[in-house]
Amino acid sequence: MRNSALRQLFAFVQKEFYHVFRDRKTLLMLFGVPIAQILLFGFLLTNEIKNAKIVVCDYAKDYGSQEIIRKIEASKYFNVKKASLSHDEIEAAFKSGEIKMAIVFPAGFYNDLSHLNKAQIQVIADGSDPNTATTLTSYLSSILRDYQSQEMAQNNMPYTIVPEVKMLYNPELLGAPNFVPGVMALVLMLVCAMMTSISIVKEKELGTMEILLVSPLKPFLVIISKTIPYLLISLMNLVVILSLSVFLLHLEIKGSVLLLFAESTLFIISSLALGLLISVNAESQMSAMMTSQLSLMMPTMILTGFMFPIENMPWVLRMISNIVPSKYYYTIVKAVMLKGLGFSAIWQETLILGFITFVLVMLNLRNFKTRLA
Amino acid sequence: MDNIAIKAEKLTKRFDDFVAVDAITFDVKQGEIFGFVGANGAGKTTAMRILCGLSKPTSGTAMVAGYDVYKDPEKIKKVIGYMSQKFSLYDDLTVMENITFYAGIYGLSDKDIKKRGQALLDQLGIGHEAKTFVSSLPLGWKQKLAFSVAIIHEPKIVFLDEPTGGVDPVTRRQFWDLIYAAADRGITVFVTTHYMDEAEYCNRVSIMVDGRIDAFDTPSNLKKRFSVNSMNEVFYQLARGAKRKAD
Repeated sequence: MRNSALRQLFAFVQKEFYHVFRDRKTLLMLFGVPIAQILLFGFLLTNEIKNAKIVVCDYAKDYGSQEIIRKIEASKYFNVKKASLSHDEIEAAFKSGEIKMAIVFPAGFYNDLSHLNKAQIQVIADGSDPNTATTLTSYLSSILRDYQSQEMAQNNMPYTIVPEVKMLYNPELLGAPNFVPGVMALVLMLVCAMMTSISIVKEKELGTMEILLVSPLKPFLVIISKTIPYLLISLMNLVVILSLSVFLLHLEIKGSVLLLFAESTLFIISSLALGLLISVNAESQMSAMMTSQLSLMMPTMILTGFMFPIENMPWVLRMISNIVPSKYYYTIVKAVMLKGLGFSAIWQETLILGFITFVLVMLNLRNFKTRLA
Repeated sequence: MDNIAIKAEKLTKRFDDFVAVDAITFDVKQGEIFGFVGANGAGKTTAMRILCGLSKPTSGTAMVAGYDVYKDPEKIKKVIGYMSQKFSLYDDLTVMENITFYAGIYGLSDKDIKKRGQALLDQLGIGHEAKTFVSSLPLGWKQKLAFSVAIIHEPKIVFLDEPTGGVDPVTRRQFWDLIYAAADRGITVFVTTHYMDEAEYCNRVSIMVDGRIDAFDTPSNLKKRFSVNSMNEVFYQLARGAKRKAD
């Protein structure tokens, strides 16, 4: 008896793998989408700026200004051109879009700094592009800060410290840390929920579901066989995303990889359960796809805090966000991956995610019909 | 009692106000080819789904292969085969993979799957197509293959729901040869159809009109009773009185 159940399971899972691996287009989507998203967010849509063209007008030409300019030049963010431009010439350069920022060292810069403990430099940024301007000035102030602390250590002089904004966990405002957990939530949701629901509804559409229901196959076995391939594909996707993040985007996984995979598996199960729930109610592949997109993809993109901060949303949306599993998963991944926290820091989220998963699985067991009528 | 494969008594299925199956009573003998005839919407498919355990009856009793449809649907499922109206093989699987899958979900061992699969291919004369994707087979072959797959686990009863829809007369004839071969091996065949020439091939026929069984006998007795020459005319005389619209 047990033996024959195993045989049934094996036959079914084998069939599912044929479906998945013969459908080249879907397969391309399953593995292409995560890779494309990582590359897109990592290299194109990043708020990190590299090689911004700036001009430095050094009227001081002293020890201090040259040291700072060397530091600016050494940074990968700036592409420095040295010139002694007048104010009008600087403005013209901005207007033509040649430069993103200008730095002017007034004459006697180091003299002021060492004798008055206070010196000024002028920083002009292009305010018509506020994101770039903010990012560039923050890069610059971090370089200045670096210089100041170096001077202090050498000369033991109390220099004026410019007030500063500190970016926790992402001091250089790197793009990658913010979106990798979001992409993980999105991709796992896509693969598990959408693909599972489509694959079950497909059997309904084809009429093969009837044959399966007439067969001695237990409904439970149908569900397991339908989910196993997508569980495996999701875990493979996870490995791909994490490898790309580590090796291509140079993102460090600070916490335990094992914990990350364990939490991901929990999230995958909740997504699979959601997919099954959709498949029970959808009559066509198209409607399964639409339902998945509206009820799963959108909330995952909007209500997890991945693209927009939840704190700033109206209370209705904040309330709804509390039942979106990906919100908890996103928080968990950020905690483990970026902050290197352990289970003790995320047990609450894990508990809630576990509870949601439990409810979804119970709903499925109640809903799945042995009989079609 | 032992040679009765299916026994239904006052079997009724109601959907809200609509009575799809109206207290039908009939029995099917072991090894018999039983034709379940009726216009579209007469309730054939609903009745068959009840017998297969896909749908629960509202009232009445039914025994399939000695098991009660209320109490033992799981036991019934093990000893029946089913071929639906819709084409039920997987297009993206090869002929042999389809056979392996369906044999597998009935729990056949690898050895049996190989042996019976080969026998099946030989019987259909498509041994050379074992590795062909089902999508590229002609429809007639697909239907014959679907039937053979539906009885690969040697069930006691096989239910065929309008199995020959959309195939040409020659292929239909070949299909019926397969049905006869199965019946010769002792498999009871329960087939719904609205082709009256097919009704002539059956041992006994029941004709459903508006959810009721209006006639139930051998084709020759039915023709005698209505004093006509063909099943077509028997059916026409009965169906004329139907109130339901075909769906």
